[in-house]
Amino acid sequence: MRYRYFPGCTLKGQAKSMEDTAMAAAAALGIELIELDEWQCCGAVYPLYEDELISLLSPVRTLAAAAGEPLVSLCSACHHVLKRAQELMQRNQDARHKVTDFLEVEYSGEGRVLHFLEVLRDDLGFDKLTEMIKKPLEGRKVAAYYGCLLLRPSKVMQFDDPENPTIMEDLLKTLGAEVVKSPYRTECCGAYLSVTEEGVASDTVARIIDSARQAGAEALITACPLCRYNLENCSREDGKEPIKVYYFSELLAEAMGLPGESTGADGSKEEVAQR
Amino acid sequence: MIIATGKSSLIDEMKVQSGQNPAECYQCAKCSAACPVTAAMDLLPHQVIRYLQLGLEEDLLKSKTPWICASCFTCAARCPRDLDLARMMEGIRLSMLRRREGNKFGPADLTPEQLEKLPQQALVSGFRKYNK
Ligand code: SF4
Ligand code: SF4
Repeated sequence: MRYRYFPGCTLKGQAKSMEDTAMAAAAALGIELIELDEWQCCGAVYPLYEDELISLLSPVRTLAAAAGEPLVSLCSACHHVLKRAQELMQRNQDARHKVTDFLEVEYSGEGRVLHFLEVLRDDLGFDKLTEMIKKPLEGRKVAAYYGCLLLRPSKVMQFDDPENPTIMEDLLKTLGAEVVKSPYRTECCGAYLSVTEEGVASDTVARIIDSARQAGAEALITACPLCRYNLENCSREDGKEPIKVYYFSELLAEAMGLPGESTGADGSKEEVAQR
Repeated sequence: MIIATGKSSLIDEMKVQSGQNPAECYQCAKCSAACPVTAAMDLLPHQVIRYLQLGLEEDLLKSKTPWICASCFTCAARCPRDLDLARMMEGIRLSMLRRREGNKFGPADLTPEQLEKLPQQALVSGFRKYNK
């Protein structure tokens, strides 16, 4: 299975452990992820006004660089931006002409744009993954935290049921964890408000953490570096046991018995295989 | 009955650039029930649409709400009229950034602690949303 891979800037910095563990797992699963040459930041947020063409240059350049091969990302935000930019290129001819003429590339919306979780579910299959689990996460109570960008808008993202998604729970089940379902798993963490309005992000984070805790979770998984940052940094001290936050790929690598490190948003490191 | 006050450039532009027509909203307020950050807003999401319907452009441009909106797309996912309020919020922000107030937030506003800790994704999204 061969894919082009778009890392995005955060995966080369703060979220390096998401990349390292996903790459290790992919290699062991026979999933070839070939990093694009000279890629640049996707812009992190999709421009919601259709005349914001400048913000589309980078994602469209990336889409064109994949040259029709399936394009995979790990970061929820990168995937969101690429997938929506592709949909715009398919739907809006005027925007497509302007952007591709400016970039001097040929692109008309072709190619599959996938999140790595979709590769695991749809191309590899979770049953196949089961065979590769060497150290199941037995007795670990883990909840999935989806956030916004993978699910919405569902007509474009086509990732899972936007109100009742199952992909991350199915992954956790495959990894042998005790799956905990929390009602706030699809709520927003506050996103970039942690930059300008930290108090608002603290409220959203508190609801997500409380809801996971009440459901009995000891840990959360996410596919978004900003979600992880907010969940780890914007939560208020409430005297209760903190909830660990992991990238989904860190637990994947751990259950596959692969070495790797989990890097928290505070820079703390932990060997994944030794937990 | 309240009568809309004249022509509004923001609203005309919004219909084209966001593909959304505020007149289609029937004010059920499901968007406001879904929005995770209403506690910090001075106008609720459905009220923003009502202001758009009435052409109260200047009041909207003074509101805190578009800057509190986290572009989480929950309102759009729940709207029974299939309206994308997240796009309309973006329109109000852009109208301010492009023509009126200039940047809301820039690198100089970051604390040294934020600079050290924030993931790249947070910085890029923050600058994209609050800066032109
Ligand atoms: S949910 Fe839709 S129809 Fe209802 S108030 Fe909000 S925008 Fe209007
Ligand atoms: S997109 Fe904005 S207005 Fe809509 S629910 Fe999210 S934060 Fe609220």
